[in-house]
Amino acid sequence: MEKLLEVKDLAVSFNTYGGEVQAVRGVNFDLRKGETLAIVGESGSGKSVTSKTIMRLLAEHSVIKRGEILFEGEDLTKKSEKQMQKIRGRDISMIFQDPMTSLNPTLKVGTQIMEPLIKHQKMSKAKARERAIELLDLVGIPNAELRIKQYPHQFSGGMRQRVVVAIALACNPKLLIADEPTTALDVTIQAQILELMKDIQKKMDSAIIFITHDLGVVANVADRVAVMYAGKIVEIGTVDEIFYNPKHPYTWGLLGSMPTLDSDEDELFAIPGTPPDMTNPPKGDAFAARNKYALEIDTQLDPPMFKVSDTHYAATWLLHEDAPKIEPPEAVKRRMKGFAASVKEGEM
Amino acid sequence: MDKNNIPKELFKPIERKEDTSEKISRPSRSFGQDARRTLLKNIPAMLSLFVLLAIVVFSIIGPGMNEYGYDDQDLSRAKMPPRVPGLENISWLGFDGTLTEKIEGTDVEDATEKAIMRFGNKPDFTDIEVVEQGNGTKGSAEVKATFHAYDAKGMDDTYFWLGTDGLGRDQWTRIWRGTRISLIIGIVAALIDLIIGVTYGGISGYFGGRVDSFMQRIIEILVGIPNLVVIFLMLIVLDPGITSIILALTITGWTGMARIVRGEVMKLKNQEFVLAAQTLGTPNRKIIAGHLLPNMTGIIIINTMFTVPGAIFFEAFLSFIGLGILPPEASLGSLIDLGFDSLRIYPYLLLYPAILISIIMIAFNILGDGLRDAFDPKMHK
Amino acid sequence: MTRYILKRILYMIVTLFVIATISFFLMKMLPGSPLNAENKLTEEQQEIVLEKYGLNDPIPVQYVNYIAGLVKGDMGISFQFDSTPVTKIILDRIGPSAQLGAQALVVGVILGVLLGLIAAIFHNGVLDFTSTIIAVLGTSIPSFVFAGLLQWVFAVNLEMFPVALWESGDLSYTVLPTIALMIFPMATCARFVRTEMLEVLGSDYITTARAKGIGQAGVVFKHGLRNALIPLVTVIGPLAVGLMTGSLVIEQIFAIPGIGEQFVKSITVNDYPTIMGTTLFFSVLFIAIILVIDLLYGVIDPRIRITGGEK
Repeated sequence: MEKLLEVKDLAVSFNTYGGEVQAVRGVNFDLRKGETLAIVGESGSGKSVTSKTIMRLLAEHSVIKRGEILFEGEDLTKKSEKQMQKIRGRDISMIFQDPMTSLNPTLKVGTQIMEPLIKHQKMSKAKARERAIELLDLVGIPNAELRIKQYPHQFSGGMRQRVVVAIALACNPKLLIADEPTTALDVTIQAQILELMKDIQKKMDSAIIFITHDLGVVANVADRVAVMYAGKIVEIGTVDEIFYNPKHPYTWGLLGSMPTLDSDEDELFAIPGTPPDMTNPPKGDAFAARNKYALEIDTQLDPPMFKVSDTHYAATWLLHEDAPKIEPPEAVKRRMKGFAASVKEGEM
Repeated sequence: MDKNNIPKELFKPIERKEDTSEKISRPSRSFGQDARRTLLKNIPAMLSLFVLLAIVVFSIIGPGMNEYGYDDQDLSRAKMPPRVPGLENISWLGFDGTLTEKIEGTDVEDATEKAIMRFGNKPDFTDIEVVEQGNGTKGSAEVKATFHAYDAKGMDDTYFWLGTDGLGRDQWTRIWRGTRISLIIGIVAALIDLIIGVTYGGISGYFGGRVDSFMQRIIEILVGIPNLVVIFLMLIVLDPGITSIILALTITGWTGMARIVRGEVMKLKNQEFVLAAQTLGTPNRKIIAGHLLPNMTGIIIINTMFTVPGAIFFEAFLSFIGLGILPPEASLGSLIDLGFDSLRIYPYLLLYPAILISIIMIAFNILGDGLRDAFDPKMHK
Repeated sequence: MTRYILKRILYMIVTLFVIATISFFLMKMLPGSPLNAENKLTEEQQEIVLEKYGLNDPIPVQYVNYIAGLVKGDMGISFQFDSTPVTKIILDRIGPSAQLGAQALVVGVILGVLLGLIAAIFHNGVLDFTSTIIAVLGTSIPSFVFAGLLQWVFAVNLEMFPVALWESGDLSYTVLPTIALMIFPMATCARFVRTEMLEVLGSDYITTARAKGIGQAGVVFKHGLRNALIPLVTVIGPLAVGLMTGSLVIEQIFAIPGIGEQFVKSITVNDYPTIMGTTLFFSVLFIAIILVIDLLYGVIDPRIRITGGEK
């Protein structure tokens, strides 16, 4: 399949009073048409920055240090602001985390949906209105004709997020970036929104980058998963590979810290500590200080990406031929089996 | 190190002597330290602080720096222009002891005559410079007259640094005296607002419930009455003076602080650390002093910092319209008021007190802004 | 909503009643009377004067008469100024004051909004820096200092405008006092709009708008401006009130025959009926402005408008 997006060695920094914060430190991944990639990591791991960089929506004080973002073969980092304005909303669009704040409180919902249609597809107001109603219908908001005349505060959180989805989908974008689209919502609403996104992807054949810190969500929606830590991708692979055969101790940690229902004897495998200070990233592997399985080499040299399979890579020295063979902790292994079982059930 | 050639002994698990996972890689600083650091780095704010300190020092020592008292009247030396030893030879600075005015007339002769008359008919001490020759019609000619006031009075060795006013009182002494009074009013009013406001707002917010709603009704009534009206009424009834002005400014002025403190206390008292202290049986007094106040110092300091210039402005305003400080006492407002009376010929009487009050106000405002930034956690990175 | 307005108006009347009562009794405590001003009258003549002002009645009767008069818009008779009714003095002088106040508020707010917007759009640039300096100077330096500066430079030295006085219909007399009066509102608005706009521009819905591909102009004017300006309404009330304070000194400096100048004159000659009348008049204005602003805020902010309408 054709590559829609290729991110190559992307590095982004913020200039702050306290010095340069290296938010993203060399990220590589690609995305094919119609595919869903989940980027998973703790807050501060650089996943949101990566996505904002693709949209070129970074705050004033941030700089792209190096790297390329090839979208349909064209490097977005080289585009001017004017050129980016033509791409945003039309080819790439974005769904944000907090529906309570991501809609303009003083503009009618209809106006906000119509905006990209008028801007990119040169629709007349009347036509854009029609389309806005269609879109609200599509995202499952009843009484769309009435609703488009209302203001955001007249909508519930879940309804607002549907509106945000409608805005993002207005121009049938080739790439949809969803930045924690369900984090701020109630669990039942979360499921609805995820369902909606999967539905719409089928209808529109958009590629999705799904950013989340919740691995539970990932298994449901993604084709592939990238795990980020301290501004780098530490492991990337298909959903099956990440869930059945994780190689990086950080991925183990993420999987092991998810509580499961059948777990009385089951203790959580938690990751101790907090992510490092990115003004001053540690030497070697950034995860070493929190890693139970750290090797001497981790304190000296950052591990390269080791190939596990054609689609599966992980950045840990444990995969080096000289490294001791280490099994994932029991808690993680049990979960891996659990996932396998649940997937089989799903297939039956 | 070469990635392809790593010594095997490095591939062994680290033996940890301590738990490194919780190691904090950034030096830890308290909020106060952060605030101080941000403030020290704020050049305009530090400059303002320095200027204010200098003004405070001068308001203390300034009136004693020459031999004239603030109410020494002597009409024989009325309205002397500024003259400073050393600077008197640099004419554009305006400290050379001369007065200048442009005078119009039908022709140069007429204008010259008028100009000399203007400065008490002392042709020997009046320099005339022709600006416009004129053609005989009214006001067509213009001359610039420079009057050497000190020479004319034979006061060769006398120096009034900032001149004298209409009653011959030394402006330098009066300006610093006035600054002292303006500063006292500003600072005392702010402190009274602070004490009443924090106490009232603290009690109201901390106890809440019926106490709070009763105390809030009182504030609502007070706030409903425009403060200008309250101040006018107070000053019309009270004898003019520093105490009356302070009283008039603070009688409703504290409500602002009280509202802010109440809001802050209400916010803080429901936070976990206060609930925790309450659960542990800490007495109210200790919770207020140990948990609430330290968390509100920022907002209290900032608010006070903006109250001071506000009070200074109001004093000047009241003195200006004749409700404030009365002569012979001086304040910056009353000096400015007097300055307006003779703006045309004696602009220095307005200029220096006006500059001084402006500098004081600007410095307080910039310092206040600086403090606000310093106490804003978003600013610390 | 109607109930809310009625409640507010009721509060307003109560406050005014309290102010009127306090003013009246304060006035009675003061030594001033019409007799201080008029020279050497015979007993009989004094009697006539006191009768004319109703000062022979017992104080409670005077109080009832005063309040009853207020309800009819009668604020008593001036001790000075040829015994003109206070209401007439105020009405005669309201023109210049209202014109100055309106000019200063409108021009000041418009310029302030523009300055603030420019500062926010060119955040951290030279224009931002300049506008911040203007804002700091404008909020710090008292209006009477500005008035003196303007008078000295543009009237006395450059002779571009009249030094003082007022000719109705001749705008040149209003230029300097308007500028002196508008600087504070301008600077305050500039500061406020800059802060608001920066906050708005950093908000999530602006990112949403940018993510739609909206250009800088659309982001600033369509999405930003409205949200930044709605809270500005809350500032305009206090600013309008502040203008009245300012007008007291500005009218005095430029010898403008307005209410403020009259008020300062009344203070210097202890004309209590005029002082009290003007004070009451100011109170009504103050309170009415705050009320109007509160209601206006409800009208322009859709969030308040809707909830207000449903209740």
